[in-house]
Amino acid sequence: MQNPHVLVGTETADDAGVFKLTEAMALVQTVDFFTPVVDDPYTFGQIAAANSLSDVYAMGGIPITALNIVGFPFCTLSGDVLADILKGGQAKAAEAGVAIVGGHTIQDKEPKYGLSVTGLISPDAIYTNTQAQCGDYLVLTKPVGTGIVTTAEKAGLASPDALAGAIASMITLNAATAQAMRETACHSCTDITGFGLIGHVYEMAAGSKVSIELFADAVPILPGALEYASMGLIPAGAYANRTASASYIHWDGSVSEVLQDLFYDPQTSGGLLISVPAERLEVLLANIATCSSLPYAVIGRVIPSAEKRIIVHSGKGV
Amino acid sequence: MGMPTKEIDARGLMCPQPVVCTKQALDSMDAGMIVTIVDNEVAKENIVKFAKSQDYRVNVNEQAGNYYIEIQKGTSAYTEASVRKPLTLDRNYDTVIVITRDVLGGGPEELGSILIKSFLYTLVSSDHPPMALILLNSGVKLAITNSAVLEHIRSLEEKGTEVFVCGTCLDYYNLKNMLAVGSVTNMYSVVEWMNNAGKVITI
Repeated sequence: MQNPHVLVGTETADDAGVFKLTEAMALVQTVDFFTPVVDDPYTFGQIAAANSLSDVYAMGGIPITALNIVGFPFCTLSGDVLADILKGGQAKAAEAGVAIVGGHTIQDKEPKYGLSVTGLISPDAIYTNTQAQCGDYLVLTKPVGTGIVTTAEKAGLASPDALAGAIASMITLNAATAQAMRETACHSCTDITGFGLIGHVYEMAAGSKVSIELFADAVPILPGALEYASMGLIPAGAYANRTASASYIHWDGSVSEVLQDLFYDPQTSGGLLISVPAERLEVLLANIATCSSLPYAVIGRVIPSAEKRIIVHSGKGV
Repeated sequence: MGMPTKEIDARGLMCPQPVVCTKQALDSMDAGMIVTIVDNEVAKENIVKFAKSQDYRVNVNEQAGNYYIEIQKGTSAYTEASVRKPLTLDRNYDTVIVITRDVLGGGPEELGSILIKSFLYTLVSSDHPPMALILLNSGVKLAITNSAVLEHIRSLEEKGTEVFVCGTCLDYYNLKNMLAVGSVTNMYSVVEWMNNAGKVITI
């Protein structure tokens, strides 16, 4: 039987779980960890922490504590490497005002790192990914393409600028943009991670029982990502995401395959996808402008439930 | 597309290594053809995208779960490349034989079946097996399991004849998983072989 304190649980595909403590306060919980996406251990630690914290922000919550989750090949890598990873994680957590109060480490074939995060939220202000309403606009707060750029980097083909751009995006906390979202009283929110832009847009559309039209040329893209995608430097996850979408998406014939690959590209520590009512769009954009230095844009619109959950047009839409 | 001068076996390699190895092989040559072998569709897709982005000509053959990706850099070097290929037996480099039906001739089918069997048997025994054998339309039925001429076509392959079987035709007859000899090919490759051959004999 469903525990009545569980406000958001596993029955929906949401970013985090929410558990009611009192009328005024609920706990938000989430966990995420993965293998390195960049070579530098400290940077990897920062990225993993930012990625783990993001799900709390995507619910409209404030993270307060975290636990380290670590897998490490102690026989083949020096403990200094792990120390640097943890320093990166600690630095990002501190930036977020989050106390890392412990953690667990096991021997593993390859390094893995991330956080289990606890946050607080008001039960009346939970931003699920199931509340998008017809007429809402969709705003994306970070560019896409991290999977492709890090793949290019693994191939030794990413330019220093492209790698720096991807890292800058991945280590940026979604804290400020989440605050902008809360202050603008938006309808729904999620963050863009492993299922790619398309996969997470789908979760919002299906969860909200609506359809979403996207404007392909409006989506912000990391520098270099288009070029690397055209060269086939595309992670396997992008193809899995593409296959999973076959039944629910319609692509306008004019949208290039390269752009499609970018929208299926699994993201690490991606931006927030915010569903905002039309009358508050300008306020939200102004609020984001004051707190974010990363490219953001209006990328779509919520429309009544149609034959396909997602319809992608070329052009910039609004 | 001619004979490859380099073969890259990228099976079992993690993304993006297949693309990296392919790129390195192509960068090391001014012109020529390589073939990269991969065992999964993702790697195949990525390498094809890479080749196209560099304006190289690319052709993919699928066989037994592996993808053979031929990439041509620079102008086609068919004639020189065919001389470079090591000889296992004396082969007629100029001749491509195209078989468009599973019988030989337009008379009674019974006679046609006897004739095609006889034709292929004689081809195997000849001093100069052809460079390539291409099977189109109902001709693809000659290359499937339990075909009466399967052993002859296999013998030709052993003697060095490349056997190509039209993929569209196999799909039409729903015989793709019954292919027992040769490799699946497409019309682009078929036309390439025909154009570059010194002599094309169509049965």
